[in-house]
Amino acid sequence: MSFLLGCPNCGPRDVNEFSCAGEVTVRPKSSPSLRELTSYIYFRRNVAGVQREWWYHRQGCEIWFQAERDTRTNEVLLTEVVEPSRRAGTAAE
Amino acid sequence: MRLPAQPGEHLNREREVTFSFCGKPIRAFEGDTFGSALFASGQRVFSRSFKYHRPRGLLCCSGNCPNCMMNVDGVPNVRICAEPVREGASVRQQNVWGSLEHDALSVTDKLGGPFTPVGFYYRTMIRPRWAWPLYEKFLRNVAGLGKLDKHAGRKNRYDVEHRRAEVLVIGGGAAGRQSALANAAVGKQVVLVDEGFVEPLEGVEVVAPGRALGIWEGGLVPVDAGRMLYRYRADHIVVATGTVEQPLVFPGNDLVGVMLPDGVRRLIEDWALKPAEKAVVVTVDEAGREAATALRRAGVEINGVYDLRRERVREIVARGSGGILRSVEIDGRKLTCDLLVMSGGRQPAYSLLSQAGARIEYDPERGVFLPTDIPAGIEAVGTVTGDGLAAAVPAASYNGASGKGKCFVCVCEDVTDKDLKRAIAEGFDSIELAKRYTTVTMGPCQGRLCHVPSIRLYARENEKDEATIGTTTSRPPWAPVTLGLLAGRPHEPAQRTSIHHRHKELGARMMWTGTWRRPHSYGDPEGEAQSVHASVGVIDVSTLGKMIVRGPDAAEFLERLYPNRFGDMKPMRIRYGVLNSDAGRIMDDGTIARLDDETFYVTTTSTGAGAVLEWFEWWNAVWGLDAEIVNVTGGLAAVNIAGPRAREVMRRLTDLDISNEGLGYLDAREAQVAGVPSLILRIGFVGELGYELHFPSPYGEHVWNKILEAGEDFGIRPFGLEPQRILRLEKMHILVGQDTDSESNVLEANMSWIAKLDKDDFVGKWSLEHVRDRGLHDMLVGFVMEDGKVPLEGAQIVLEGTHPIGRITSSRWSPELRRAIGMAWVPTELAEEGKSFLVTVDGGFERATVRLRPFFDPDGERLRS
Repeated sequence: MSFLLGCPNCGPRDVNEFSCAGEVTVRPKSSPSLRELTSYIYFRRNVAGVQREWWYHRQGCEIWFQAERDTRTNEVLLTEVVEPSRRAGTAAE
Repeated sequence: MRLPAQPGEHLNREREVTFSFCGKPIRAFEGDTFGSALFASGQRVFSRSFKYHRPRGLLCCSGNCPNCMMNVDGVPNVRICAEPVREGASVRQQNVWGSLEHDALSVTDKLGGPFTPVGFYYRTMIRPRWAWPLYEKFLRNVAGLGKLDKHAGRKNRYDVEHRRAEVLVIGGGAAGRQSALANAAVGKQVVLVDEGFVEPLEGVEVVAPGRALGIWEGGLVPVDAGRMLYRYRADHIVVATGTVEQPLVFPGNDLVGVMLPDGVRRLIEDWALKPAEKAVVVTVDEAGREAATALRRAGVEINGVYDLRRERVREIVARGSGGILRSVEIDGRKLTCDLLVMSGGRQPAYSLLSQAGARIEYDPERGVFLPTDIPAGIEAVGTVTGDGLAAAVPAASYNGASGKGKCFVCVCEDVTDKDLKRAIAEGFDSIELAKRYTTVTMGPCQGRLCHVPSIRLYARENEKDEATIGTTTSRPPWAPVTLGLLAGRPHEPAQRTSIHHRHKELGARMMWTGTWRRPHSYGDPEGEAQSVHASVGVIDVSTLGKMIVRGPDAAEFLERLYPNRFGDMKPMRIRYGVLNSDAGRIMDDGTIARLDDETFYVTTTSTGAGAVLEWFEWWNAVWGLDAEIVNVTGGLAAVNIAGPRAREVMRRLTDLDISNEGLGYLDAREAQVAGVPSLILRIGFVGELGYELHFPSPYGEHVWNKILEAGEDFGIRPFGLEPQRILRLEKMHILVGQDTDSESNVLEANMSWIAKLDKDDFVGKWSLEHVRDRGLHDMLVGFVMEDGKVPLEGAQIVLEGTHPIGRITSSRWSPELRRAIGMAWVPTELAEEGKSFLVTVDGGFERATVRLRPFFDPDGERLRS
């Protein structure tokens, strides 16, 4: 992997500067069933295509942001700091 | 030995350079390569082959083939035909037992055949089984190419530089130069990279010699420039890698004196060398004829030119003695010669394009594999695209006259036509599988000289065409690269606390914990631990992660992150907290002090600080609460004064009321200590009355000195990490990562009191509920050894006569208790006070008894005193 990722603060940087926390997931609202819980913790959609993910600029400004990346080509379509109203993964739907 | 000056020769005859070859001095001119200078000195054998140890001489003179690989200044596998001479360099032979001329291991060539087929390591050398260790030792000694000098990496400094190019041109041939100039003319910033020698170009930055190792996504092209690795990011990449001359496959095609036309031309034109006395040329294209012309001009007698486009030749057999070419038989006609120029045509060097995503297709008209569907941002120019390549003549590029000597398809790995045919007979019918089985194309040349011949042979043997056989995948690096270059500059970041130098002066033995340097002890771990129990000790805990969480929602934020409660916490009180993931696994632990309604001071473990900060920031981004997280780890130093006389020491350092009533257990205060504004936390990781002071880092040494002065009358001793580990184990305080792993949860780690499962929600709550409902499987417990032997950390626990049922996570000799103590994961049914199990110690079993309460001061009276 050697693609460039646009940090909302620092601009395009080598992907090695970031850590990826994987696709954006939705945390269950309250008392999930065991199935809902394990799906949330262990199961990922793992799409071959565009996916929304969390990224952290570890070797830079230490900001968390979301990116839309095509998992087949590593093309990054957008990166953005998400507003509180859209947090917790609503955009993944 | 040199010819008269050649037009365009690379030599500067005014300037001599001297280097040594196996101890002998060799004189060369500036502009020579080590290879050309050795050739000028009369050297003809340059290496011994990989498997059969056959003598090999110059073949391509272009840095493509493995034939001239030697050790230069301690670096093995340098292709000396392309390595410019350096004054004082030391060049040595490699892969030889004896000398290049007399190599003891060439016996494998004579006996070889039946005993050393492809994969012989696993075929010939498996019987008798008891002999395998002997075989293995032998194989380890002879396998591989070149020996690495253990200290070479320290002598040679490598470095990495990140660079940008608007246009990066790879290849300095006619097409590459033209493209570079055209791009420069329209104002682009152009860089041109070439493996060899390139004249300066107007407006273009030339990096030569430099090898482009691959094309990665994002326009990344790492360029090997010897001691420097340039990581180029290019907006536009022009691939002008040209073609690679292909050998012909016939018996004896690897003899010293069999060369490719371009190699011959370079010897004459670049370095003014006469390649031989008498030559024969066998060619399928113009290159052979051009070489013949050049040879004639250089005064070499031409004993025959066979142009396979015009004449039909059924059999070519090269013969030599001692591995040196003496003659060639063409259809039974014997021609004496000491040079045989073979030209099997040109194959576009498409590997970089293929790596970048281009498709490779066979072009039957030109008889070559060509790149198509070149990805955006990349452009191919020149002969690599097939432009300018003549139509192929169905020629004897491969000659089946085996049995009259070895026909090499791959000179790097010593793979013969027989080996490939055998692989086909054994059922390796796909070229990708055959590649892995025979290792053809996997040697140092990376398929430059063997890829096409092996595919042609495969096609012929399988009675298919090349297009059906297809190619193997091209992977980076396109040229072999020194590991040192990939590693870059030795870089071992170390963090030191502001008290570091005082520890050194006090004789501390330093150790690594994560990236931190910390005192292991000051020479007497048990004595240091004992003085904490007996009187007072002080430890530098500046490495703790430290964060301020501030804002109207700060309490809510921590309430959601930790299983404990924080909303009800009074200002200037402290709680111990354990962080969990949503899977219920323990991530880290530390203390949380509430400084005021909206401000909390959070500490983490030393090595977990970065991960916890990332974790906090992430949840803050997800929840969007009104809380701000500030990392103050480096800004604050911290020390812990602990022991029954700690209060007396503190009394000499601060005016604060530090009586048990004024500053009780788990109380926090902000006050001046030794004149420095500090946060005082009354906590006790080591189990005695203790004060943890957090204060601005610059005052580290000052505060440390004042504490030692104030404690002198009480016999204060600094203590290191090892005594701290003894002390905390006596209290059964866990170390996250030592006593817990990525599977551990707080319920099974015997800290169920910490998890307030009646809270609405916290990270990990649902999983912990599930653990509670399913029942506990294993428990973290303490144990004492009955006979006093200290088991190893990680030792196994068994019941009589059964399989392992648990493991030791911590163990120490406690000088205070005069017992061997520890912590262990055991099945729940064993997690009862007084139960016993067996532990492996020194190859035997010793009995241990379970303890659930702290070994030392179980009721915490000393902690609260």
